[in-house]
Parts: sequence; structure tokens; C-alpha cells
Amino acid sequence: MNVLGIRNLNVTFGTEGGPLRALRNVSFDVPRHRIVGVVGESGCGKSTLINAILGLLADNGQVESGQILFEERDLTQMDSLEMQAMRGSRISTVFQDPMGALNPVISVGKQMLHIQYRSDLGRTEKNARSVEMLRRVRIPDPKSALSRYPHEFSGGMKQRIAIAMAMMMEPVLLIADEPTTALDATLEVATIELLQELQAQIGCSVLFISHHLGVIAELCDDVVVMYAGEVVERGTTRQIFHDPLHPYTERLLRCDPAGQSTRTRHLPTIPGEIPDLRDPPKGCIFADRCDRRETICETAPPEVEMGGHRACCHRVKP
Amino acid sequence: MLSYSLKRLGLAVAIVSVAMLLLFAMIYLIPGDPAAVALGPRATEAMREALRIKMGLDQPVWIQFWNFFINAWQGDLGNEVLSNRPVAKVVMEQLPSTLALIVGGMAWSIALGIPLGCWTAVKRGGMADRIVGVFSVAVIAVPSFVVAIYALLIFSVSLRWLPAIGAGEPGDIGDQLVHLILPSLAVGLGWVGYIARMVRASMLEVLEAPHIRTARAFGLPDRQITYRYALTIAILPTVTLLGVGIGQMLSSAVFAEIVFARPGVGKLVYDAILTRNYPLVTGAVLVTTVLFILINLIADLVVGYLDPRVRSRL
Repeated sequence: MNVLGIRNLNVTFGTEGGPLRALRNVSFDVPRHRIVGVVGESGCGKSTLINAILGLLADNGQVESGQILFEERDLTQMDSLEMQAMRGSRISTVFQDPMGALNPVISVGKQMLHIQYRSDLGRTEKNARSVEMLRRVRIPDPKSALSRYPHEFSGGMKQRIAIAMAMMMEPVLLIADEPTTALDATLEVATIELLQELQAQIGCSVLFISHHLGVIAELCDDVVVMYAGEVVERGTTRQIFHDPLHPYTERLLRCDPAGQSTRTRHLPTIPGEIPDLRDPPKGCIFADRCDRRETICETAPPEVEMGGHRACCHRVKP
Repeated sequence: MLSYSLKRLGLAVAIVSVAMLLLFAMIYLIPGDPAAVALGPRATEAMREALRIKMGLDQPVWIQFWNFFINAWQGDLGNEVLSNRPVAKVVMEQLPSTLALIVGGMAWSIALGIPLGCWTAVKRGGMADRIVGVFSVAVIAVPSFVVAIYALLIFSVSLRWLPAIGAGEPGDIGDQLVHLILPSLAVGLGWVGYIARMVRASMLEVLEAPHIRTARAFGLPDRQITYRYALTIAILPTVTLLGVGIGQMLSSAVFAEIVFARPGVGKLVYDAILTRNYPLVTGAVLVTTVLFILINLIADLVVGYLDPRVRSRL
């Protein structure tokens, strides 16, 4: 059963140069208790996707068509109050930048107390719950941490506090927006392990956004590969990493520095740029940068499925 | 917090001392003989000489300054020329009235400026935002004495809603408050505009901050996000600005007190200048300076109280 099902989602931003189609026909599922990774380079629509799910698109952004099914209900049809009721209780989020993610002038304890505003518990019980959550993310001396302010903690600790806040209401879905990108490598591993541990304890599903392939491979059960606002390939982590179907996924995996076995002065890159989404190409979105381009690529590619592994490419034959 | 307060207090004492030096230098450099001015044209040279010795004007300049400095710190600002009463006492009698005027002006500017700034930031780009924007610039541009005269003409002369002159019956708080409405509006109206613009700008900045996105992602109510999560940060530059604003309100108070014939330090200085009552001018200016520095000290302490980052840095 799916916790989150995204169906043909189209999101458009009104800009001075005309409508910018940031997400086009995006579809994928987040099954219960699974960790789904979304991978793609900057500008592929990862942040737009998160904001669309949370109902926090900028004023000029709009869901044109499609559905975001969360526990069988379509989030795109909800009004702002219903969405607010979802956020923080059923759907929680950990953001990328731990330095700025917490309010600088409100103590950690107060912020954790505010998040629990929907709970019927008394103040003392709520604080006890905050202490318990801080203990679970291994904040030393969690009781006194409540009266401290974000700037008194290190970056890694702030990110763990943010995770504690996100997990506090025991959400059904946790959205993790590049939660380790701003951390150094050792903290990254610890944070990943912490997320895995809490996910197992609480039993939530996780939508994990990252451009770090190693982290995705380590943590996720399924992977969605996005390029320029479209899902080009999706499947299990094993399928994506061992048997990539789409040329973009292949090239992306080759660009991972961790996969380099020989010394080189030049890390591989994918030449070219993301197309202008105000006027996206008619055919395959990746055709301009693809080294195996054919004439047929000027028409829109079909989605081909093989045992749950899907890719949008003319070259893939079922 | 204690060491922060002590540091700010130390700095305030230093600033008052420098202000005293400047004030002393100013009086010293004014041409003319204070003793001659005090005694008038019919005094004899012997009388003038006697007064000069009494006032300490025969001493070297640095001893004169030292005496002025030490006496002033002890609250002795000398005696005024006309009635020979202690300047400190005369100024202190007028101070409450001016303080009430400044506090009233602040109350107007805070009570109108902060909600207007918040409101226009949340509804940015709308009709209300544009109207308040034009209103803000307009009231900033209009000098306070013009506001005072028009307020007087409209609300006292034409509509007869509010009293035109005076400060109200002594002891009758209600009457005094009614007499305070128009003068404090004249003093504070420009600052309504300043504060509305300032709060709007910093609110817009704070509302874009990542932690506001976090608060929204946790489903906190909009009202709590605007007033608790955003405004507490957006207010900080405004608190500092208000400290400076008091200085300008003190000078607007002079006009307001003259237009509305209210007692107060501003009116006192105005009358003292007309009668060349130099010790009174000096004393009143010094008290005003100290008041300004004290209010800025309070503003700094309030910022320290509101912002834990400032508190721990100092």
C-alpha cells in the first residue's frame, strides 16, 4: 500500500518570460515503510516537488493538473487549513540547512512545545516528550538543551534537533530535503544511521531528496531519477544502480566521484545544460545532451516498464 | 546579560562625559561675558568682577571644566540667572511633562506603526500596501510643527473635540491624558511612517528565512508564524531605530510644546534662549542629552533581552 502516490503532477510558475513548467507529468509512489530516494542535479525540480507536496509553493506557482494522493486523499484539493493540519503531524520535513532551519530567538524547548500545539498533553508532558525525542537523537544533556537557543549548538546537533522535531509527532511520511548536504562526511554517516534507526522505530515512510548517489544507495529502497522536471527512470535501488535503463541515469552514475577507480585530473561530467523550461523540447527532454540520440528522440518517449522498473526512453525495449 | 548591561552602562557614562565636554566648550566659546549678561548694562565693573569670581570665571579653563564636570555628576547644574533657583530643580520640574509627551509619541508610533508594517508585509503588493506606503512617506515628509498646527486647527478649532492648549489640571490624570492626545500625535506621527516602513522591510526579509519555511512545514498557525516567529526577529532593528527616534522626538517636542503652550523642557529651553538664561540652557540641554543616552541604553538592553544571539556575544 502506498502512503504517497503522485499521479501526472504538473506544476507551473508564472514568470516574466512566460509560464515555466517546473514539473511535467511526474508520477511515482512511496510505499508504506519504504525509503524512496529522489535524485537529480540542481534545477531538476526536487524542491518544487517538496513544496508541492507540502502545499507551500511560492505565490506564482500552481499545480496545473495531476494528483498528490496521501493516504488516499488528494492533497491538491485540500484548502490551506486542511494542509496545515497535515503538515507537522502526518507529513514532516527535515530541511537542508541546519544553520538556518531553527528560529534563532526562540529556545529549542519552546519551539518543540509549539510543534506539539495540536496535542492534548499538558505542558509538563509535552516537555518530557521533547526531552525524550532529544535523547533519541543523542543530544547530550537533553533537559538543559530545552532552555538553550539554536546558535548554542553545532551544525550536526542542530540537524539532529531538526530531525527530533520532525519525528516528534510520529509522522506517516517524512520528507528529507538533502538533510546531509550541509554536513561533513562523518556527520553525514551518523545522520543517515540516525534517520534509518528512527524510521524503523516510528515506522514511517521517507521521501529522501539528495544529489549524493552514495547516500541514496546506502539508505533507500527505491529510487526516482528526475531530470529537468520529469521522472526519467524509477525502480528499486538495485535496479537503478546495477541496471540503469535511461542514458541520463547511466551518465549520472558515471559522474559519481566515488565510482572512479583510476586517478584522473578530470571528473566526468554531462556536457550541456538543462533545457529552458519555459519552452521545453517537444521530444525527449534529455535528447540535447544524450550521446545516443536518434531521429525518433524528437518525439516524446513512452514509459516502458519491466518488473516495476520504468524508464522513459525510446531505446529501452521491453 | 549582567556583563552586557554593565558594558552598556559604562559606555553610556563615557558618552555623557563627552557630551559634557562638548557642551562646556560650546558655552565657553560663545562670545560675550556671562557676568555682564547676567547683571545687565547698569552694573559697575566691581560688581561684574565680583560675580566673575563667584561664578569661577577667573579660574583657568581646565579648572572651570573640572568644576562643571564634578558638579554636574553630583546633580548640581548651577543656578539660573533670573530667579537664582537651582537649574537642576527647574529642569526636573518640567521633565515629567516632556517625558509624557515623548512616551505618548512613542505610543502612537508603536501602536500604529508596528501593526501597519506587519499587515502590509503579509499583504504585500495589495491595495492596502500601496495606500499605507504613500501614507508612510507623506507623514515622514511633513514636519511635526505642521502636523501640530493642522491637528490644532482640525480637532480643536473646527471640531472642538480636544483641548487646544495647556497640559491639563494638575492631579487630574484623565484631563492630562486628553491634553496629551494632540501634542503626542504631532510628535509621533512621522515615526508611524518610519516604523511602518522599517517593520515592513524587515518582516519581508524574515518571512523569506529558512526557519519560517520550517515553521510552516511543521504546520504552525499563520498567526503564530507572523507574530511569534517572524515579528520577534523583525522588530529588533526597529527597537534600535526607536532609540534614535527619541532624539528626534525630543526636538519635535520643542515645537509641540510651543504650539500647544504646554510646559516642558522644550518650552523651557526656548524661553531660556530668549532671555539669555545660559545656565538654564546648558542644564536643560545636558538633561535632555542624558535622557537620550538613557533611552538608547534601554533600547540596547531590550534588544539584548529579545535576541539571545546578542546576549551571548557580549
